[in-house]
Amino acid sequence: MTVRTAELLMAILMGVFSIYLMVKSAELPIGWIEDEGPGGGTWPFWLSAIMLISCVGILYNWVRKKGSVATSDKTYIESHVLGDVVAVAGALIVTVALFSFIGIYGALPLFLIFYIRFMGKHSWSLTATLAVAIPVVIFYFFEITLKIILPKGITEPLFLPLYKIFL
Amino acid sequence: MLEILGLLAQGFVVVFEPQNLLLIIAGCTLGLFIGAMPGLGSVNGVAILLPLTFLVPPTGAIIFLAAIYYGAMYGGAISSIMLGIPGASTAVATTFDGRPLAKQGLADKALIGAAVASFVGGTISVVLFTFFAPPLAHVALVFGAPEEFALMMLAFATFVGLGGDDIFKTLFSITIGLVLSAIGFDIISGEPRLVLWDITGFLHGVNFLVLAIGIYGIGEMLWTVEEHALGGGKSMLSDATVTVARTISALKEILKTWKTSVMGSLLGYFVGILPAAGATPGSLMAYGIAKQISKEPEKFGNGALEGVVAPEAANNAASTGSMLPMLTLGIPGSPTTAILLGGMVIWGLEPGPRLFVDHSEFVWGLIASLYAANLFTVIINIAFIPVFIKVLKTPFTILAPVIFTLCLIGGYAPTQDMHDVWLMIVFGIVGYLMRKLDYPLAPAVLAIVLGPLAEPALRQSLIISDGSFMIFFERFYAGPIMIAALILLFLPLFKKVYDRH
Repeated sequence: MTVRTAELLMAILMGVFSIYLMVKSAELPIGWIEDEGPGGGTWPFWLSAIMLISCVGILYNWVRKKGSVATSDKTYIESHVLGDVVAVAGALIVTVALFSFIGIYGALPLFLIFYIRFMGKHSWSLTATLAVAIPVVIFYFFEITLKIILPKGITEPLFLPLYKIFL
Repeated sequence: MLEILGLLAQGFVVVFEPQNLLLIIAGCTLGLFIGAMPGLGSVNGVAILLPLTFLVPPTGAIIFLAAIYYGAMYGGAISSIMLGIPGASTAVATTFDGRPLAKQGLADKALIGAAVASFVGGTISVVLFTFFAPPLAHVALVFGAPEEFALMMLAFATFVGLGGDDIFKTLFSITIGLVLSAIGFDIISGEPRLVLWDITGFLHGVNFLVLAIGIYGIGEMLWTVEEHALGGGKSMLSDATVTVARTISALKEILKTWKTSVMGSLLGYFVGILPAAGATPGSLMAYGIAKQISKEPEKFGNGALEGVVAPEAANNAASTGSMLPMLTLGIPGSPTTAILLGGMVIWGLEPGPRLFVDHSEFVWGLIASLYAANLFTVIINIAFIPVFIKVLKTPFTILAPVIFTLCLIGGYAPTQDMHDVWLMIVFGIVGYLMRKLDYPLAPAVLAIVLGPLAEPALRQSLIISDGSFMIFFERFYAGPIMIAALILLFLPLFKKVYDRH
């Protein structure tokens, strides 16, 4: 896909999103209410309208081939780079999905092992050290010092003794 | 004048509390490391680390973040000089002459020059700040809703008029940020508003940190993953010899460039005050002027010390300059200060001129901390040059997962809702894809912070005027501000018409 094509798709996507936002804003009154001033939907409605106008403007520039992005026929994301970007973005999505099931302390080490060992090709000893050390530091800092309880999923019971000691 | 010095002295009392002093030193050091890493700058550091500050009181929190901001401004020069890759966009101009100096084996001279110039820039600007801020805040005390709204319009208009990016994309970025900030509840009627796809997670609104960490954490890292893969993962690190004798001789030479430092500082400070401009154009302009006024302009680009000094003085001065409107008017001058402003709201402070009256300790503690942070950073920077060079050797594949981890937890911490973590990932990926198409993203971050302040200001104004927009033009302060905003907004259009004739 070329940059020019990506530009078109993004503008259309965002244009459609703007229309959705306008419709959604209009669920609240968008006109003037006597003694109350503008209705609750007015502000987001007109802002979404400007968003839509901006998208139309971007499309207009695209049609008349104006600007470096709209004329670029370079590849949007180079194929040899795409793999890395997709792998990292995918790993993040999987990690966040796992937070709710095996908890942050199950998912994080997996993410770290994936990144350090398989993306970075570092030694297993370094990988293991970091995959253990980073979650431990996170636990101490966030859960004990800041008292922010992070999602545990099914690993929750394992932490009950730790809570008893620290909290 | 005396009153200001008295308040400043009180500020120093706050700064010298052991906890705050430790926070400054920790912040400066962290900031230096973050700045030194290619691709990461002050805005990334402040966005990713803001959730760590929930532990300390607001004064400590802002002092810590301001120290990171400062440290990162210094640190940006390190990778510009050593790798030839700007540590942040604000340090782009530093590569022009910093890199040639490093290639000539004079990396230490460039690094020390950058640190000293940053110190000069930081000091001059913070002194200007100390004496400008209180009178400005005093004037702003009489501002009502119409003036506040006019100021915000001015902030957004500068992005359109001076931002230099595609106008439609800038406008899109501003409005999407404002709409995102409107999600949740209508502040006046209390009805749920814009609960997208009826997902209940949107009921508590979109926290600005979710967008900021999404864009400046996840998005920025994806961008860096790509750059890294394109560059084959190898970069050229210059050698640097650091000895006491060399340092002294370098310092002597650096002292001779004081005029350039002062020029860069003043320019950077005033450019920094403008919302859309900030440190990057400030440092580029300083570089350009330094070259023009130099007796040997041909040396620029081939390792002129002035070419390092001017932009470094300017970018540090600009970072202080951008705090001026943030603190006195409640209008941030840069994405980093926008995040600081959002932080202030989280800590329960109401941004704007009332801060100087109601939270004098907070304001003066912050101002005094800037003096202290500046001093500590220059010392830490020069003393630990060899350490920072080692840091640059840390493989990206170790750094990246650590930063991603901080982002994921930082996105969860403020609201403790998985919905926000998902949203952050979406913002990160979409932000990355948009950035590749030259959509400016800083206006969106500014907008999501200002949105919750702009809407009530607009609605209150319209209620006062019974629906007439003339209220923004008839008032003593609001009128000129609004007119200036409109001129900036339509500046690109005027230019186009002018070019045609």
